[in-house]
Amino acid sequence: MTSARRLTLFLMMAPAILWLGLLIVLPHVEILILSFSERVAPRVYQFGFGNYLEFFTEPLYWRTFARTAIMSILVTAITLLLAFPIALYIARVARGRVKAMLLLLCLLPFWVSELVRTLGWMMLLRETGLISYLLRATGLATQPVELLYNDGAVILGLVYGGLLFMIVPLANALESLDPSVVEAGYDLGGSRATVLRRIVIPHAMPGIVAGSIIVFMLTVGNFATPVLLGGKNGLWFTEQIYAQFITRFNWPQGAAFGMLLLLLSSAIVWAGLRLTGQGLGTTLRQA
Amino acid sequence: MASSNDLDIVNVTKRFGSHAAVEDVSFSVAPGEFFSILGPSGCGKTTLMRMIAGFEHPTSGDIRIRDRSMIGVPANRRPVNMVFQSLALFPMMSVGENVAYGMTCRGVGRAEADERAARMLERVGLNGFGHRQVTALSGGQRQRVAIARCLVLEPTLVLLDEPLGALDLKLREHMKIELKQLQGTFNTTFAYITHDQSEALVMSDRIAVMNGGRFEQIGSPRDLYHNPGTPFVASFVGETNRWRGAVSGAADRGLSVRLSSGVLAQGRGDAKTGDALCFVRPEAIALAAEAGALQILPNRFEGRVSAVLFDGANSSLLINAAGFDEPIRAVLPQAGPLAGITVGAPIHVGWTADAMKVFAA
Repeated sequence: MTSARRLTLFLMMAPAILWLGLLIVLPHVEILILSFSERVAPRVYQFGFGNYLEFFTEPLYWRTFARTAIMSILVTAITLLLAFPIALYIARVARGRVKAMLLLLCLLPFWVSELVRTLGWMMLLRETGLISYLLRATGLATQPVELLYNDGAVILGLVYGGLLFMIVPLANALESLDPSVVEAGYDLGGSRATVLRRIVIPHAMPGIVAGSIIVFMLTVGNFATPVLLGGKNGLWFTEQIYAQFITRFNWPQGAAFGMLLLLLSSAIVWAGLRLTGQGLGTTLRQA
Repeated sequence: MASSNDLDIVNVTKRFGSHAAVEDVSFSVAPGEFFSILGPSGCGKTTLMRMIAGFEHPTSGDIRIRDRSMIGVPANRRPVNMVFQSLALFPMMSVGENVAYGMTCRGVGRAEADERAARMLERVGLNGFGHRQVTALSGGQRQRVAIARCLVLEPTLVLLDEPLGALDLKLREHMKIELKQLQGTFNTTFAYITHDQSEALVMSDRIAVMNGGRFEQIGSPRDLYHNPGTPFVASFVGETNRWRGAVSGAADRGLSVRLSSGVLAQGRGDAKTGDALCFVRPEAIALAAEAGALQILPNRFEGRVSAVLFDGANSSLLINAAGFDEPIRAVLPQAGPLAGITVGAPIHVGWTADAMKVFAA
């Protein structure tokens, strides 16, 4: 390679390297170092595992942590179940303009910010909101119903936020399935369930895994939705990190929590890939 | 009315909006027969096949398999299996699983299905291929898996939708023979659709020539080739010379036709008067260096070789003859005295009245 070409390559790569270095690698190295520093006296820090020990000894922390993990898996599963028929319809039934329209409809809510979208749900779900009003108007409830500030509301909001990110990779995967392969599945005597189980789902597997990873990551790291829809009952692990950094001003503790969250999502993604027998490479191509 | 046929198509019509893809088609296929539907793309043959398989539903008419009406029977309940144009093997399954799939759908136990699949693979010459991935197979092997996957279910009828289309020429020639042999060994009824007349002629017991949603003619390959019933069949099945003209009267044993270019020729056909289309097969045209050798033929012309199309046993000549707009195509026997003929050489051509089919245009 000539030096000119090498320079061109370097210049083209530079933004990506700067992006990764300054915004991802550097902060994480900083956070990693920070998470191992213990405060022994005002303004005096020393190396130690105290911040991680604190996490395991204080039940509120690890319970919130476990709760975040379990609820995120639940949200991912629900999103997958909801998105699959939608993606199947978009990929295999809809044609031309209708297909573009449907994808646009999925995308539309993302034109407003997450905060506004979540506030929209609050308007619907709160005690004086639309659903509560309709329940009373139809006589199904005698007094105002509070639908906010429970796990159901948090899951609803998170599923809603994740749906698009599940539908797109799923629809992509399903679109590449040769229609005659599905027909052959029926022709050889397969019922709808058999064709779905043995042909459609195995074919869509890379899309399913890709969508699930994206939705899981977005859910675990979400902040606004659990806080706004869950209120005091939200108890999302990101709130703990926020509290340590912003409210308690205990940066080392927050940094330790941040590292733990990173470990958690990496571990679960790895387990998911192992469980479904998918490689990270094929999955990334699908997403 | 009991029928001993495997398949009866009774006045089947299929419309998409105002367009009739298949119009009033009727035919029967006897047990063990290799029946082909031959037609150009867009003639409705695929629609017809998809109706038999159960993926499309006829607008009117009846499809009967072993005398049982298939109207309202879903594709997965019909005793019919299809070999798709793209073969449509299941890429997420191994070769063995592909073959066993149909049996497990019918509730056959896993172990028995695997064993029967292995035996079927052995019969189609793929012994020990059960664990391979379908993507690791060659074109011909994939073909055999697609057929084995159908035959293992012992269907009444196997439908084949241009399965040789994606193969290269050499393999296609080979698979033609192999398919015919497979059909013979299993003695299963095959319904084959193709646009390739050579495939249909080589393999079929009977062929239906389809055009514009209708059947033009049904007959044995020999019958279609030698006694085409319509101008379409005459030009679609096999190579042929085709000229326009007008019937000018009866000749001693047939018709006399004045071709549009002016010359008179004698042929046979139903056209009594008016515009006509004339067809002569290239191999029916006799070639001679001397005029005297063709003395007994009623149609004799003189010309010059304009091109030699060498293709081994299929070699032919294009001959510019006075009175013809287009060159006459004639088969050039490579074992004959004219084998070494070159462009520009003078030549005499001739054919019998029987060799020229005349149809009303």
